[in-house]
Amino acid sequence: MSTLDSFKSLSRAMLLGFRRDRGALFFTVLFPLMFLVIFAGVFGHQSTAKAKVLEVGPVAAVDQAVARDPAELKKIMELTRTADRAAALRKVEKGDADAVVEQRGSEVVVHYSAADQVRSGTVRGLMDSLVQSANQAASGKPPAFTLRSQQVEDDSLKAIQFFTPSLLGWALASAGVFGASQTLVTWRTKGILRRLQLSPAPIPTVFAARVAVSLGVALGQFALFIVVAQLPMFGLKLGHAWWMAIPMVMAGVLAFLSIGMVIGAWAKSQETAQAVTQLVVLPMAFLGGSFFPLDSAPAWMKGLSYAFPLRYLNEGMLNVMGRGLGPGSALPQIGVLLGVAAVGALIATRLFRWEAA
Amino acid sequence: MAQTIEVTGLRKRYGDVQAVDGVTFSVPEGEFFGILGPNGAGKTTTLEIIEGLREADEGGVSVLGMAPWPRNPRLLPRIGVQLQATAFFERLTAREQLQTFASLYGVPARKSDAMLEKVGLGDKADVRVEKLSGGQAQRLSIACALVHDPELVFLDEPTAALDPQARRNLWDVLRDINTEGRTIVLTTHYMDEAELLCDRVAIMDAGRVLRLGPPAALVRGLDVPARISVASGVLPVGDARRLPGADEAADDGVSLTISTRDPSAVVAAMAAKDALDGVQIRGATLEDVFLDLTGREYRA
Repeated sequence: MSTLDSFKSLSRAMLLGFRRDRGALFFTVLFPLMFLVIFAGVFGHQSTAKAKVLEVGPVAAVDQAVARDPAELKKIMELTRTADRAAALRKVEKGDADAVVEQRGSEVVVHYSAADQVRSGTVRGLMDSLVQSANQAASGKPPAFTLRSQQVEDDSLKAIQFFTPSLLGWALASAGVFGASQTLVTWRTKGILRRLQLSPAPIPTVFAARVAVSLGVALGQFALFIVVAQLPMFGLKLGHAWWMAIPMVMAGVLAFLSIGMVIGAWAKSQETAQAVTQLVVLPMAFLGGSFFPLDSAPAWMKGLSYAFPLRYLNEGMLNVMGRGLGPGSALPQIGVLLGVAAVGALIATRLFRWEAA
Repeated sequence: MAQTIEVTGLRKRYGDVQAVDGVTFSVPEGEFFGILGPNGAGKTTTLEIIEGLREADEGGVSVLGMAPWPRNPRLLPRIGVQLQATAFFERLTAREQLQTFASLYGVPARKSDAMLEKVGLGDKADVRVEKLSGGQAQRLSIACALVHDPELVFLDEPTAALDPQARRNLWDVLRDINTEGRTIVLTTHYMDEAELLCDRVAIMDAGRVLRLGPPAALVRGLDVPARISVASGVLPVGDARRLPGADEAADDGVSLTISTRDPSAVVAAMAAKDALDGVQIRGATLEDVFLDLTGREYRA
């Protein structure tokens, strides 16, 4: 009797069962993908929003800057010239434009709305710098100091760079925990575990087949995510060590399966298993940094996030996929996840029951 | 004849409940053996110990000359177990289900189709298990128990919750399996089923075997009067009571029923009076034996 044959046919049976389960397909594959599309859509264009400025009559400082470097200025400001001062001010009031600028003698006047403080601050800062450089130019001397600003990350660290790995992490976590807990409880309550116990197939083979199916599904999710995120409309740029995300994904799947096994071994009914799974996965997704970057989170939340295995998966994948760091940057996280998997498996083995009590 | 199963002095206790309390029996090769008993009699526990799912507290079990506990991978391929609950993998078709179980025993997938035909599910091969009717699911689970051609088959209440047609259909399947030379152990609540199928039955209650033997012998051993009934009014009740051999007579407006321990004398006397319109003679059944042994009061 061949263990390999049993393994293959059990894997096939479980994969077929999964593929035909529309609900599971939706929640593990389409639902997270929908989130990716929405999040990338909402946060993806933040950096490209330009200040809309209306110029009423000639304003020397602004006109000089436009004449000196029109391309550079266009990146940050959309300038429209108009003669209708009243209409222009109304536009600012309604939020259709960010500021109206005009010149009264040697005075440059900026009209802004207090409704959006961030935008008005940006516009005022911008106008201030234009006036300063015009003053400096009028003095005829070369500038004593110049400022050059440079971003730490490469230019491409946009929202999609963050959301692809972190939403993928959430998708893997929920698929792993759900898959394992539901399978274990269903098999026990329906008597499949007893049936398997009565067959000569080695029990480890049965569980190995379940793990293999989960790994396969996870790699499918991973491929789908990076293909969609790399579409021109989303524009994910993978770091050079992105392949390191594959062992990362696999370690993550093992960790979440073993958490699911603990829940499945402990829970008496499918309903309990489902509820507990939600209680574990949702807070973990929020606090593990799947829905927002933890960089800007308060210190206590950052500290707490390290209690969740998802945090390590997210961080490791973000390092190699989004931040473009080297392959070694994911190793500590892989280690933590494998540790979680081992501890979870140990607890699950202790709690394991063949049949419903 | 070789003994396929030998059980001696089996005991098993769960907390305060002595589920199995000194059970001894043996099943020779090729026999159709029935275990009967009310709920909680210890049938299932006894069966689980023989199958190797549980360890006995006391006593010896030998199945095909081997010990079933601890889990014995050399014994398992030689026995087939149909479980009470229909334990199927979700969302697979009947054929896929059977092929998956077959592969656990190293049986080639092509054998599955022949097995489906055998249990009469040939046209349901591509139907998902969730869509099968109760009888079809029951037959599929029997097919799963037989796919690796076991010498010994355990069936735990295979016809529970089936309609009369499905039960009869399943009986035919079970008889065929037995005729092929397999030993079958069956538990059931249905006395007619046991009487019809089993070579021998063991009647259990409270963890003990109360009677063991062929159904007909158990029935004969029970001193229960035969009941002869004819259409109401063919004979006055008073006349009926005075018939030779009659113990008791009653007319409920539909039938006149006479109890007797000498049915041939009563029937002869009635024939002489030409009073055999719609006659029915019922002897004791296995059910009477069962109720006589286990009591008639309702037990939840």
